[in-house]
Amino acid sequence: MKRRPSVGFWVLVIALTVVFVAPLVWMGITSFKSVGESQQTPPTIWPEDPTGRAYGEILTTGGQNPVLRWAINSFVAATLHAGLVVLVASMAGYALARMEFRFKKAIFGLIMATLFVPGFVFLMPNYLLMDNLGWLDTLWALVVPGAAGAFGVFFMRQFFLAIPRELEEVAMIDGANAWTVFTRIILPNAKPALATLTVLSFLANWNDFIWPLYVLFSPERLTLPAGLKLLQGAYTTDYPVIMTGATVASVPVLILYIFVQRYVIEGVARSGIKG
Amino acid sequence: MRGYGRATPYLFLAPYLVLFGLFVIGPALFGFWMSLHDWDFQLPGKPFTGLQNYKDLFDPLSTTSEPFWHGMRATAIFTVASVPFLVALPLGLAVLLNRRFPGRTFFRAVYFAPYVLGVAVVGLMFRYILDTSFGVLNAGLRLLGRDSDIGWTTSMPWAWIALVGMTVWWTVGFNAVIYLAGLQDIPAEQYEAAQLDGAGAWQRFVHVTMPGLKPVFVFVVTMTVLASANMFGQSVLVTQGGPGDSTRTALMVIADTGLSQFRMGQATAMSYVLAVCLAVVSLVNFVLLREKK
Repeated sequence: MKRRPSVGFWVLVIALTVVFVAPLVWMGITSFKSVGESQQTPPTIWPEDPTGRAYGEILTTGGQNPVLRWAINSFVAATLHAGLVVLVASMAGYALARMEFRFKKAIFGLIMATLFVPGFVFLMPNYLLMDNLGWLDTLWALVVPGAAGAFGVFFMRQFFLAIPRELEEVAMIDGANAWTVFTRIILPNAKPALATLTVLSFLANWNDFIWPLYVLFSPERLTLPAGLKLLQGAYTTDYPVIMTGATVASVPVLILYIFVQRYVIEGVARSGIKG
Repeated sequence: MRGYGRATPYLFLAPYLVLFGLFVIGPALFGFWMSLHDWDFQLPGKPFTGLQNYKDLFDPLSTTSEPFWHGMRATAIFTVASVPFLVALPLGLAVLLNRRFPGRTFFRAVYFAPYVLGVAVVGLMFRYILDTSFGVLNAGLRLLGRDSDIGWTTSMPWAWIALVGMTVWWTVGFNAVIYLAGLQDIPAEQYEAAQLDGAGAWQRFVHVTMPGLKPVFVFVVTMTVLASANMFGQSVLVTQGGPGDSTRTALMVIADTGLSQFRMGQATAMSYVLAVCLAVVSLVNFVLLREKK
């Protein structure tokens, strides 16, 4: 098992790296091309006449395609959503991991069952619910309903199960109540899990496509993914503009990912292995 | 030892359970209620029609049956075509990344990176790469000597190949990371014992790796089938459901029927039929994979 990797091994690893990176680079390069150059055959690798026109077009035309506005909407919604998920999921996960009560198995079973129910089942009734709550075309629709997902609870429960019991027992002997134990002992010890769940929830919300596409209408209230769909419709063959929109939507998450990739990858690994 | 009162667990659960009841259990039950009505969002009356919406789906003469099953077929084609790649390729990638070599963490992060992008970005990016006349993929093929352009988004079977290919590019790292965690949980002693018994690399893979990965494998297959059945964004953005209606998936039909044409009763009936089909598929694959112990 401790053989040194061969040349063939490195060729494969590098080739795969190119395959995964090249489309992203191509997207970035195209955003600096003119419409004419983007439709040239054979394509130029490097922009012969680099232009920031596409960026000017989508970042400044204000009312028409407010890409910056969409980015802010996405950021606000994803941040609030992640905060809500972490709050309710850690509380519920703690109760399910560490407390004894009558309906524990039934409640946990019911929550877990929905992990395997495809989301489209809830699409229509949830849309009507948004309408009745007056949440259509508002931030609420983006932030709240998704926090009812089962993943966060499952994820936090798994983490809490692994925290040594002695930690809380000492505090309880000192007379601390459950809330104090939770906020002063458990949460500080769960920082990696909280960070991971924050990032995963943020990314999921930032990238969500189908739900915002249907619950948002006003151009100034869209999130980036729904906005990109609009952009594609408006600039059918202006690929530099479309690639600029896609670049603007991906750069923030790629930067976030570079800083927290260990958390993201470990969170995904953990969620699968203990399933 | 109990340092808390009888109501405490329920108080901790309450915030989540309120959301869960309101946005998951409630809608699931209410959706079924809707499917039993002629629920047109824009009409004042919503008459009870019993199982009529379901019957219509199985009646070839009704207007809902044809598009629905057409969409179901598209979803099935995508699932059958993509799941083998999304199960096998990540396993190869995970075995590759499980070796010790300099920069392993870096390459793992690179292979996973596409997954942090949303389907909207990935869809638009591939729409340009796959463009028939000025896409870089066809330009590359021309360089290799192919003289006719392939209609990656406009002709069959290329549209399916393109959609499956971009989905593999996008999500292969996700499953690979799950496999990798499973691989790292297999005790090294098992490999050493197998090696002492004279097992070669392939035999070690078949007799140690595969059995050790079984629970992870079942999870990956189940989740991948569910994800494939949710296919929506790729078709919406890259092929617009075309050529013709051939890549219009079940979820596109459901969303169109319910949220564009406002025939929500029919759309929810479709959702439940699709969900039941998926439950059956999940159950079958669960039983099949578990029994081969």
